Amino acid sequence: MRVTTKILATAATVGVLLGLNYLFEYGFGDFRINAYYARILNLIGINVILAVSLNLINGLAGQFSIGHAGFMAVGGYSATFVTVYYGRAIAGLLGSSLDDATGAAVVMTISLLTGAAAAALAGLAVGIPSLRLRGDYLAIVTLGFSEIIRVIILNIPAVGGATGFTAAIPITNFFWIFAVAILTIVIVRNIAASTFGRVLATIRGDEIAAEAMGISTTRYKVLAFVISAALAGVAGGLSGQLFANPLNPQNLNFVRSIEIIVMIVIGGIGSISGAVFGATALTILPEALRRLDQQFPGLRMVTYALLLILTMIFRPQGLFGRREVSWAWLRRRGQDRPAAAIK
Amino acid sequence: MDTVLQQLINGLSLGAIYALIALGYTMVYGVLRLINFAHGDVYMLGAFAGYYLANALDLDASPSILGAIVVTLGAMAICAVIGVLIERFAYRPVRHHPRLASLITAIGVSLLLEYGGQVVFGANPRFFPQMIRAEVYSVGGVQITNQNLLIIVVAVIVMFGLEFIVHRTRIGKAMRATSFNLSVAKLMGINTDYVIAFTFALGSALAAAGGVMVALAIPRIDPLMGLMTGLKAFVAAVLGGIGNIPGAMIGGVLIGLLETWLSATAYSTYRDAAAFAVLILILLFRPAGILGSATVEKV
Amino acid sequence: MDCASTAWLLLAAVLLSTVACERKSDGVADTTGDIPVGFYGSLTGDGASFGQSSREGAELAVDELNAAGGVLGRKLRLLVEDDQSKPEEASNAVTKLVTQDKVVAVIGEVASRRTLAAAPIAQRYQIPMITPASTNEKVTEVGDYVFRVCFIDPFQGEVLAKFAYNDLKARKVAILRDQSQDYSVGLTDSVAQHFTRLGGQVLPPVSYSSGDADFKAALTRIRSDKPDVLFATGYYSEAAIITRQARELGMKMPILGGDGWVGDALQNGREALNNTYISNHYSGDNPDPIVQNFVSTYKKRFNRDPDAIAALAYDAIKVLADSLARAQSTNGPKLREAIASADVPGVTGRLKMNAKRNVDKPAVVQEVTYAGGKVTFVYKTTINPG
Repeated sequence: MRVTTKILATAATVGVLLGLNYLFEYGFGDFRINAYYARILNLIGINVILAVSLNLINGLAGQFSIGHAGFMAVGGYSATFVTVYYGRAIAGLLGSSLDDATGAAVVMTISLLTGAAAAALAGLAVGIPSLRLRGDYLAIVTLGFSEIIRVIILNIPAVGGATGFTAAIPITNFFWIFAVAILTIVIVRNIAASTFGRVLATIRGDEIAAEAMGISTTRYKVLAFVISAALAGVAGGLSGQLFANPLNPQNLNFVRSIEIIVMIVIGGIGSISGAVFGATALTILPEALRRLDQQFPGLRMVTYALLLILTMIFRPQGLFGRREVSWAWLRRRGQDRPAAAIK
Repeated sequence: MDTVLQQLINGLSLGAIYALIALGYTMVYGVLRLINFAHGDVYMLGAFAGYYLANALDLDASPSILGAIVVTLGAMAICAVIGVLIERFAYRPVRHHPRLASLITAIGVSLLLEYGGQVVFGANPRFFPQMIRAEVYSVGGVQITNQNLLIIVVAVIVMFGLEFIVHRTRIGKAMRATSFNLSVAKLMGINTDYVIAFTFALGSALAAAGGVMVALAIPRIDPLMGLMTGLKAFVAAVLGGIGNIPGAMIGGVLIGLLETWLSATAYSTYRDAAAFAVLILILLFRPAGILGSATVEKV
Repeated sequence: MDCASTAWLLLAAVLLSTVACERKSDGVADTTGDIPVGFYGSLTGDGASFGQSSREGAELAVDELNAAGGVLGRKLRLLVEDDQSKPEEASNAVTKLVTQDKVVAVIGEVASRRTLAAAPIAQRYQIPMITPASTNEKVTEVGDYVFRVCFIDPFQGEVLAKFAYNDLKARKVAILRDQSQDYSVGLTDSVAQHFTRLGGQVLPPVSYSSGDADFKAALTRIRSDKPDVLFATGYYSEAAIITRQARELGMKMPILGGDGWVGDALQNGREALNNTYISNHYSGDNPDPIVQNFVSTYKKRFNRDPDAIAALAYDAIKVLADSLARAQSTNGPKLREAIASADVPGVTGRLKMNAKRNVDKPAVVQEVTYAGGKVTFVYKTTINPG
């Protein structure tokens, strides 16, 4: 029964996403989705993936990474590289092309998996030396790592160097972004609810105590870190292959990582709902404030900085704290009944 | 041969800049165990304070050493006050929250200064007044300017000065006690709030002195000038052993020499990555840095 | 159930927002009221100097046109968007201008990588884009809706190489390039290629990144090879410091740069700027009345000398207005046809579109001098394409 429900839920989700995707591309009768709103919505989806995946390491495991953009870059460039240089060949093997839905879907899957694998490897390489040490070393090493990645990318002409990867083929669409976003939420959610998640919570609470209980803290931290990096890599792959959104080393810097951190800090570190909320709000806000930012250049980042500081001082748990917005929680609010009774 | 010597001088000049900033980083970290991300930005503020002071005194048209000293001291005083304010209103409220909160706050303060700087000063680079005219000394084909020489001398003086303060004075003793255990220090009757504020004032004043000196030698200042230089200086502090004063000096000079050496080879495109690559290697093989070790007394 | 709930919540949010996004498509362009023209540029961030200059040039041209009665009996309205010097933001801005504000054409960007990021949008929605100053070759290759009114990097490299070889009699040159700017990387390749073709020797380029402040190591390496001329192919901010530190190291050779040197902060180089030369789009000394008229009205309005970027943005608007008048329509494809056959006298020379949507214009070489607290560009020579 439970398995059936899950399969049904998955099928329904995919169905709805495909339907929406059709609406996005072809419209419905006389109606079209406004391209500007569609673009913002797609960017929200990508930021949700980034924020929720960062939340795994920063929120659940309590380790502080400020190099998420670096993993996004590794995954994004690898994924885009696969599509640009092998995409047509792969689609050709299937007797299809990149303009064809099936061909594009297969190439997209392969490209995103490559991106995830590359970012995971990078996560492993960064995680092993730094996660053995105290928390703030991780912060500075992840930052350094993303700088190193940036410099390396600048030196590879095949991916566009300083110009950015403008050769990218725009095969990302609404379906892929939101399918991955939902998958990311499910993965992180399930990790949080699993034994692995409990271990991470223990490490966050007291690392020495966790060690004393026989937990190999480094192993679990590295594992969480690698998963988080892989998801960021997928987000990079989606972002770099979105229409008119080429990856650029200048965009994947320290400031980009900070933006993702602000999203989860505002929403509440450790809360997936909070990360989703933060990503959505902080993608819409700057677009809504375009006029203001034009009159007072730089004000947006000043606002971000103030938000960070003030949140830390007055509400370090963020808007949501560690709470999640779920059916059970909503029903509990509505009916004022204990959660146990519902199950 | 004179090229090698010249590069050595170049590396030393650059290293002295990193060292000057790293000293402030290492001191704050030593006392509070806090990576003060905003340190590089206080350095930037110091340069801007110097810019406005020197222009007010019209030192660009009529350079004078006395004027330069007044400007430097003025910038140091301004930044000392800013440092204390940052500590009081941003760091102190989160001191008893989890460590993560302090780190995020520090990043917030850093961003605030960088982008607030862009709002207030504008993003375009400014020309720093030449309070002391550049003079090039040439010895056997090797050139060095008086301004670069000044940076090296100041960095060495500051290092010995800090060593003296930390190890030979009453307040230094209090700083070491606070660093060792804040609660116990408090129980012993040490006004730890005062000690921490003093540490920030001292660190920020040093950053300001660094800002003015560097701006004099490389007269282009902009609100983001502290970002990369600050990060590399931090790496220098970790490399030397964070919390260790001579270590910061050694780390700074090593990073300076390394970058200079890379610039002079075919690998100049990878120069910006060098400091961070070294950081990762250090953490793999010698996490406490060159001079740091678990038993060495910090701060 | 718990794990699916968050996912469903997200879906609900998506549904809600798509419903909110729905809007009836209208294929018919407005034929009354002001003609909206989009402008995007780096008004903030590290390219702020370019964004401000191009905005001023464009505004001046629009105001002049409107004062003279507008185009097609309607007035032009310039809608300005900032991209914070970031390629992603450039795409957001152009998407908004094209799909939300329904502009008839887009003017911008100066930096090639930002134009490259946003140009596919103009192409997809069939709205012509005219970039004032993106010199990277690839920009107009994006599609037939993308035009420019400036020369391209390969030509600029040729100009600099020729000037160094023929006028400065240089035989061995060194290049210092900004590896983080595609503009500088492209110009470096082009200079190296043309100088080698002329028979000169080019030392391997030495790299730095935007924001660097210490170039002495790179310069010392270059000094030991004793080149006759040094090229600094990056932007103004670093160029000022490079010239300064080169002189401090006793390097007295001429230093050459491209149009990227044109920016306020170049004056930070001070006396070190003497004996440096740049290739540029136009010279304010040109006695042609069209140039002098532009220079004097610009000065009157903005209280400073116009730079090449401002002149190019001014020209871009002039090309657009002329094409609108010839097309007798604001319709994208028709306007595109008209721009493709544009041939307009401009401040920066004759603006005649070629088959690749570029203009074949001569470049000027100017000597940079610093005296009395002011940088001046003194006209040296004009080099024609071909």
